[in-house]
Amino acid sequence: MNLVRLIDYLREHLKTVIRVCYGFLALLVVLDALPFVVDKHHAHTQIEKIPGFWAVFGLVGCIILIVLSKWYGKLGIMQREDYYDE
Amino acid sequence: MSDFWLHPSLLLLLGAAILPLLPRAVKKGWLLLVPIVVFARVATMPEGVFGTVEFLEWTLTFGRIDALSRVFAYIMSLMAIIGTLYGLKVDDDGQHIAAWTYVAGSLGVIFAGDLLALFLFWELMAFSSVFLIWARRTPKALGAGFRYLLVHTVSGLALLAGIVLVGMARNGDYSFTAFDVHHPDLAMWLILGGFILNAAVPPLHAWLPDAYGEGTFNGSVFLSAFTTKTAVYALARGFPGMEILIVLGVIMALYGVVYAVLENDCRRLLAYHIISQVGYMVAGVGLGTQMAINGTVAHAFAHILYKGLLFMGCGSVLFMTGQSKFTELGGLYKKMPWTFVFTMIGGLSISAFPLFSGFVSKSMIIAAGFEDHKLWVGFLLTLASVGTFLHTGLKVPYFIWFGKNNCREETWRRAADPGWNMIAAMAIASFLCIFIGVYTPFLYRMLPYPVDYDPYTSYHISETMLLLCFTGVGFFLLLKKLEPTPTISIDLDWPYRMAGRAFYWLARKPIQAIDNAWGELYRTLGLVGLMRLALVAAVFDNRVIDGIVDGVGAKVRACGARVRGLQRGSLQENLTFAFATAAALIVAYLIAF
Repeated sequence: MNLVRLIDYLREHLKTVIRVCYGFLALLVVLDALPFVVDKHHAHTQIEKIPGFWAVFGLVGCIILIVLSKWYGKLGIMQREDYYDE
Repeated sequence: MSDFWLHPSLLLLLGAAILPLLPRAVKKGWLLLVPIVVFARVATMPEGVFGTVEFLEWTLTFGRIDALSRVFAYIMSLMAIIGTLYGLKVDDDGQHIAAWTYVAGSLGVIFAGDLLALFLFWELMAFSSVFLIWARRTPKALGAGFRYLLVHTVSGLALLAGIVLVGMARNGDYSFTAFDVHHPDLAMWLILGGFILNAAVPPLHAWLPDAYGEGTFNGSVFLSAFTTKTAVYALARGFPGMEILIVLGVIMALYGVVYAVLENDCRRLLAYHIISQVGYMVAGVGLGTQMAINGTVAHAFAHILYKGLLFMGCGSVLFMTGQSKFTELGGLYKKMPWTFVFTMIGGLSISAFPLFSGFVSKSMIIAAGFEDHKLWVGFLLTLASVGTFLHTGLKVPYFIWFGKNNCREETWRRAADPGWNMIAAMAIASFLCIFIGVYTPFLYRMLPYPVDYDPYTSYHISETMLLLCFTGVGFFLLLKKLEPTPTISIDLDWPYRMAGRAFYWLARKPIQAIDNAWGELYRTLGLVGLMRLALVAAVFDNRVIDGIVDGVGAKVRACGARVRGLQRGSLQENLTFAFATAAALIVAYLIAF
């Protein structure tokens, strides 16, 4: 099937795919910093006008969510699968 | 009533009642036809108030069609087509009947102009949807179904009490309009309680992942769409601008995300993300501005499609492989590539990527929060969006279709893309997710208020792309931490699950203790003169009392087993059928006279 071959092809060239992704991420930040591309007139707060603010928000938010949730889970929330069985 | 008004729920109930009488050859056609007819009826209904019925001393209104009820009914009847197509090959009339009765209940609630009619259909939903869980016919599903019914019965009672109090306070006026949210009284709190339980607002939410994780593969597709969104409709109708809903909504949005990190079962993970997504809608209702209500309605519309799509994707994996846990799956892209693509479209839609449906709906609520100068609402809901992409867009596809291959040999052998009807249902939902995201007027024109909002500004696109793509970076950085573990997470269903166990313990242990004490008495009172008497008494105890106790015990157990067996067997179907017929007759009677 073509779809599978495409995915396999991308996996074989994983290094290149990752490099392209890095390039894309950098491009997004750069575009965000250019006022004639991204018009920040409609930003709701001052802090959003810092270039790449939402990139930091996304990355830090993601890490905080994972770490906090895992910490919460280890407080005794995560249990064996047969916890409710008798 | 002078002129006859055909309620779409009546069509569905009649369709459900006729279904088991049809020969096999035409059954599939009927399954496709009825929801399409219902959708056509809903889509072409003129606005106004119809179907008012005098019943005892009350006036019941079954057909209030306005912008708000129309858009909800539109998407729900559309989802009924997709959901039925998805389960087309399910050879179990009971499930189709239950699903249609359930949809009929939803549509009935949405068109109800007064609280009594609303309550009637509200209960119809609870009592029909539970069969979609029981139809899985596993002990776990049986238990989850009973808990689901228990919780919904209690909330139904609260709702009914509130409705009665409202009627008394208003001299018998039961009309369902916006309540005075700035001066809440007991009756309003009771009604609100009934509504927010169905919307799965913490701490009244634990029934949702419990039930939706145990439903049948196609039953959960229906479950994911109707109960919570009907509740969102009821909240938007009754409680716009109720400030406490903002706080509750934001808590919901984040609560679902936290539990999704810990979850190992993909359908339970999706269920937790229903809680999270409905949180946006509840917060939108709480904000109550025109833009926020528009956002709530738009998001409910988009949500029904993409969440249905996600449940169809994970349901396909469950249907084909028999597994739904990440620790039993992995690497399936080679076997189920199309299911992967469709699920990914659902994941991108729920994550609100540009060109997908969530992008044009979710952002309206967040923007309404910012415009109302509630910055914390905007930022915290954005944080929840990060979590949404993290799980539904990344964790689910990664650990099912890529990642470590945990499949057992049998799982791997069985895995393949599902049959044409399931693929078609997913394809239609995928198309609609993208269509809504690309062509905004389609959805925006249906919203209750005029829309002065353009999601496709350069800033909004840049903001979203940065937010989501860097969430992706975080995901791959912490991939090790996200490895699924074979665990379950304790949630607030713990108290009532444990209460059942405590009752069982109480019933068993003290009785045992008395029996032991009795035996002890014989031994310590072992005086020679009393020996003979004691012997007689002991024999009596052993033969007669124990015999009776054990016999009764055994009988009760046998009875329980038989009832349990019945509930899992044909009794369920008979009950569903009987219930659907009764409901159809009642509605027919009320509308015809």
